Amino acid sequence: MKMKTQQTAHQLPLSTSPEVVCFAFESQKEFKEVARKFAQEEIIPVAPEYDRSGEYPFPLIRRAWELGLMNSHIPEDYGGLGLSSFDSCLITEELAYGCTGVQTAIEANSLGQMPVIIAGNEAQKKKYLGRMTEEPLMCAYCVTEPGAGSDVAGVRTRAVKKGDEYIINGQKMWITNGGKANWYFLLARTDPDPKCPASRAFTGFVIEADTPGVQPGKKEMNMGQRCSDTRGVTFEDVRIPKENVLLGEGAGFKIAMGAFDKTRPPVAAGATGLAQRALDEATKYALERKTFGRLIADHQAISFMLAEMAMKVELARLAYQRSAWEVDDGRRNTYYASIAKAYAGDIANQVATDAVQIFGGNGFNSEYPVEKLMRDAKIYQIYEGTAQIQRLIISREHLAKYKR
Amino acid sequence: MAARVLVGVKRVIDYAVKIRVKPDNTGVVTDGVKHSMNPFCEIAVEEAVRLKEKKLVKEVVAVSCGPQQVQETIRTALAMGADRGIHVEVSGKDYDSLGPLQVSKILAALAKKEEASLIILGKQAIDDDCNQTGQMTAALLDWPQGTFASEVAVEGDKLKVIREVDGGLETIKINLPAVVTADLRLNTPRYATLPNIMKAKKKKITNVKPGDLGVDLTSRLEVLRVDEPPQRQAGVKVETVEDLVGKLKEAGRI
Repeated sequence: MKMKTQQTAHQLPLSTSPEVVCFAFESQKEFKEVARKFAQEEIIPVAPEYDRSGEYPFPLIRRAWELGLMNSHIPEDYGGLGLSSFDSCLITEELAYGCTGVQTAIEANSLGQMPVIIAGNEAQKKKYLGRMTEEPLMCAYCVTEPGAGSDVAGVRTRAVKKGDEYIINGQKMWITNGGKANWYFLLARTDPDPKCPASRAFTGFVIEADTPGVQPGKKEMNMGQRCSDTRGVTFEDVRIPKENVLLGEGAGFKIAMGAFDKTRPPVAAGATGLAQRALDEATKYALERKTFGRLIADHQAISFMLAEMAMKVELARLAYQRSAWEVDDGRRNTYYASIAKAYAGDIANQVATDAVQIFGGNGFNSEYPVEKLMRDAKIYQIYEGTAQIQRLIISREHLAKYKR
Repeated sequence: MAARVLVGVKRVIDYAVKIRVKPDNTGVVTDGVKHSMNPFCEIAVEEAVRLKEKKLVKEVVAVSCGPQQVQETIRTALAMGADRGIHVEVSGKDYDSLGPLQVSKILAALAKKEEASLIILGKQAIDDDCNQTGQMTAALLDWPQGTFASEVAVEGDKLKVIREVDGGLETIKINLPAVVTADLRLNTPRYATLPNIMKAKKKKITNVKPGDLGVDLTSRLEVLRVDEPPQRQAGVKVETVEDLVGKLKEAGRI
């Protein structure tokens, strides 16, 4: 039985399930509604084509920008909405439900902006955040290199001070929005002494993408989230004015890491959105497909799989909401943010794989929506801190509580 | 030109929800079910906001009748561009029996109180499909009506309305003040953008009681029973055209 596939995806029974999430404010429900409507009506119908072609979904990004769904972290003083992390996460989950490729392209803006939001001075915030709300521009977070991913202290890109400028030389890799960004947050090593600790050796910079010497590489063809623009970026004798240093020389590492506490909750929310989509698709299929004389949903093998998928999705949601709430309430949320990101990334992969399994042979096929989800899910265990790094962080934070 | 437009917005069960009849057959299940603004009311709000953007209208006032929850629906209208809202408080049994007759009396009273010169409503609500409120409101006010509008244009102190009727399109010209009911193709309602949702929080919603407007909410209708539509019966396959004709004759269809 061949069922209608991508075309019916937007008729998923989301609106029938009562919302169990606790909303502090009515407006949060309204934001979620707008994001959901946008995802259902505008992202879902075109996502498969963007996945096939790998084309950058700029029309969707522009629409999201027009609706105010992007750049939610930018404070009101710079033209943004100044939404809380919790609000941003609600929106992110809905967009990710539509397509995580599109959502990642949008989320990369938040990641790139976060160092400026937390460490920029007034002039820098006005200049680099202000322009994001005036037109739909993209930015990028340039830290990872071909030789250094998890080991941020191993970053080799050099920044040498020369008069009122810094000269940058180096290679960055896997930069989301690398080829579309208007500006980059860049982490480079300013202290060449190998004995200098990471906490003092690096500096954070804001670089205009059109600065001479900035060379984005080719768009990388990835397993999933294929419409997101991921590239290597080479910096060859790039000159940055000293005004573009964030906080001061040597403060880079702390800034780069500090950004994650705010950006890991939305990434976890994105993974949760993908998992929810996989669960909905699998459930819908299970209520249509028959085998051995009954709906497959009536076979316990399948219904138990769905139950476990549901458990994982609900818990991932609670985890990201907790981590967002902690940071909104003014507390350091590193422990919760890592837990949320690690858990959501892992379950997104499990739930997507199970969804393919429930679809059976159809699940393996590109005309059904779940194989894309499985391919898209993998990166959630890798970017924004690998599953292994998250465990390092969680164990460190956990043990620290007992050592006191 | 029309200074003030009144737009009625109704909170109904969301169009995508699977409706279930209550076990006691007195109505449909509404508890815990997703509700949203009636799609035709969205189109009405959109039209009113567009008139304001074209500077043909000074103020758009969104009105809804019902319990506390209808404030959500009014907020959506405010997020779409309405200037302020009026919540007519109706709850309990009164709300259960609230129908076009009572609503049109309320709207007529409000139109006089607010000195509105244009009322835009959805052509019908997707829960009761009455298609009566607009017409009744116009009659109570003794105003002309342009119903099933697929296009509305201001021409001086008159309104040109193109109506969708069974035979095609009918163009009429009516004097203001008037009542217009929106049909599907009148416009495509805008999204409430996040900045507009934030702005809407500052817009005012006033509470009014039907008694204050001198409206009697007593219903002249009594719902006897609500049932699901009959289950679709399986069809019968026939081999030849003769068989088909025979079966149709048997069923008394021809």
